[in-house]
Amino acid sequence: MGLKIIVLAKQVPDTRNVGKDAMKADGTVNRAALEAIFNPEDMNALEQALRLKEKYKGSKVTLLTMGPGRAADIIREGLFRGADDGVLLTDRAFAGSDTLATSYAISCAINKIKEVDIIVAGRQAIDGDTAQVGPQVADKMNLPQVTYAEEIYSAEKGKIVVKRRLDRGVEKVEAPLPCVVTVNGSAPACRPRAAKLLMKYKHAKTISERQNESEDYLNLVNDRPYLNINEWTVNDVETDDNMLGLSGSPTKVKKIENVVFQAKETKVLSDNEGDIDELIKELIDNHTLG
Amino acid sequence: MNSVFVICEIDEGKIADVSLELLTKGRTLSNTLGCKLEAVVLGHKLNGVEEELFPYGADVVHIGDDKRLDPYTTLPHTSVITGLFENEKPQIGLLGATPLGRDLGPRVSSALKSGLTADCTALEIGDHEDKKEKKSYKNLLYQIRPAFGGNIVATIINPDCRPQMATVREGVMKKEIYSPTHKGEVKTIDVNKFIKPEDTVVKVIERHMEKGRVNIKNSSVIVSGGYGMGSKENFEALYELADVLGAEVGASRAAVDAGFAPHDRQVGQTGVTVRPKLYIACGISGQIQHTAGMEESAMVIAINNDSAAPINKVADYVITGDVMDIIPKMIKSYKKNSK
Ligand SMILES: Cc1cc2nc3c(=O)[nH]c(=O)nc-3n(C[C@H](O)[C@H](O)[C@H](O)COP(=O)(O)OP(=O)(O)OC[C@H]3O[C@@H](n4cnc5c(N)ncnc54)[C@H](O)[C@@H]3O)c2cc1C
Ligand SMILES: Nc1ncnc2c1ncn2[C@@H]1O[C@H](COP(=O)(O)O)[C@@H](O)[C@H]1O
Repeated sequence: MGLKIIVLAKQVPDTRNVGKDAMKADGTVNRAALEAIFNPEDMNALEQALRLKEKYKGSKVTLLTMGPGRAADIIREGLFRGADDGVLLTDRAFAGSDTLATSYAISCAINKIKEVDIIVAGRQAIDGDTAQVGPQVADKMNLPQVTYAEEIYSAEKGKIVVKRRLDRGVEKVEAPLPCVVTVNGSAPACRPRAAKLLMKYKHAKTISERQNESEDYLNLVNDRPYLNINEWTVNDVETDDNMLGLSGSPTKVKKIENVVFQAKETKVLSDNEGDIDELIKELIDNHTLG
Repeated sequence: MNSVFVICEIDEGKIADVSLELLTKGRTLSNTLGCKLEAVVLGHKLNGVEEELFPYGADVVHIGDDKRLDPYTTLPHTSVITGLFENEKPQIGLLGATPLGRDLGPRVSSALKSGLTADCTALEIGDHEDKKEKKSYKNLLYQIRPAFGGNIVATIINPDCRPQMATVREGVMKKEIYSPTHKGEVKTIDVNKFIKPEDTVVKVIERHMEKGRVNIKNSSVIVSGGYGMGSKENFEALYELADVLGAEVGASRAAVDAGFAPHDRQVGQTGVTVRPKLYIACGISGQIQHTAGMEESAMVIAINNDSAAPINKVADYVITGDVMDIIPKMIKSYKKNSK
């Protein structure tokens, strides 16, 4: 029996290259100013899902992402690596969501997909580093959670067995299905894109992306329904609007500051023995050492 | 006035350092607010645990002692904390940003719809004016945290929902005895009221934990190595220097990722925060995520073959040269001069 697996993946700004215009005046992220990438730990999550799909014939992997239109890139990336289809959840109503409102919206989308066995998420996203969305989706859906997964050993007979990586050790746990699993960066890296899948899904698009396409392209999609990336707005999922976006977010950003270093008076030494000896003597004399 | 709550964690049979650090901070916050500081401990065989907590200023210690609460699994702990918070209505709830805290915190905050700010580096009390809604708030918890890979610092508030919840990493706050004779009240949690049968569906089958974790945080001298050390073998030179100086060895994330050092030695935003008397940074470039975890060291020596390495900006002494050449000279000099 195949499994129905959902991978939660987020498109994140590459926080390793942040400039000054990274934040907008209202305290939200100016995503346009940064390169957008597939959140690294979500790649580990995808790999776990693909391994389950290989192990249990007839399984299906669906990528779910919430974000602006360009987050469709994430879904294509997933398709190139072996996911079966994807859903982009996108609407102005979701803008400004904190982790609670994000999890709520995501859980509503999963409810629409129905009969899901496993929801795999990354441990955390590198833009916020919060690691909250996985557990909060589990809570909203009233499901058990297994965090920091490094390996999913099996998922059969209604049970999942998972190796967890903790700060100082490992744990093997068993949980009933359906459940939410969040995957650690220490789990195996995701397989690369497959050339065949790249060819197959290169032209996969959401309905918004198709708007300016030629007649020829639209005919092509008619023949090949797998080129359709599902795009859902707030109207496609059942939600309580008070729990969405800024109004559904208990936490607010009050203030943003750039990090500034206090300048220090620095003494520059050479690497010769004399200089080093002087320094060590000084440190011993002023009781920093010894 | 509603209380400040700290959810405490047990580590090798004792209250974890991060929980005591949070109690110390919680004491300051509750003094400012004029309210009580209350601690929660869940686990099994917790006899006498309150004695560890009172000196850190806890006015009340809530104890939930039950087989189903040890080893930790998410659901029973979530049910007890959620139930307790619904009854007690804390204004603030704090947890360590540990694997446990980051598993439990989001779940509780979602159940209470309260919001949670992860990995705070500072907590303060302050007011807020919402100009759009024309509302003003007094005595909110300012939850201050780095964001965007440490490039900015954000102050997060939680104006309308309670409790205001935050997690804080180990070592970020100082741990300080409030009063050795401070005493409070013990309250036993009736966990049967909260734990549901379906909470125990997740089973821990096996568990391998390493004992006696390295504790670089409490060391007064830290010799830290980065990717510039070049190899795991070269890292041995740092252990040797540390041994001679009576220091601990730390590492940058790049060094940890490269397998030169284990993760529990990582210093920085996603590692531990340290503030030793002396921090010797060897072959570390000094990216902001690293310096965030060591810039409060009383003295910093940077050893780098690049005279323009960013680490030099936070250093008191800069030695420009090859680490593998400089470390033996330091060892030799210390041995000679310390006699
Ligand atoms: C979200 C996020 C969180 C992060 N958290 C952390 C964290 O907690 N801690 C952390 O450390 N990093 C963290 N990082 C990574 C951080 O950005 C840097 O990549 C990392 O600190 C670099 O480590 P490094 O200085 O050892 O390596 P490099 O940047 O590669 O620097 C190596 C240095 O060694 C010098 N060198 C080379 N050879 C020699 C030699 N023979 N002798 C002397 N010097 C030599 C070089 O000049 C260079 O300055 C984080 C990044 C992100 C995005
Ligand atoms: N907007 C989103 N769309 C899809 N998945 C998300 C989104 N935000 C968070 N996630 C998932 O939740 C995990 C934790 O995110 P965070 O709580 O933001 O650190 C990520 O690794 C993703 O798997």
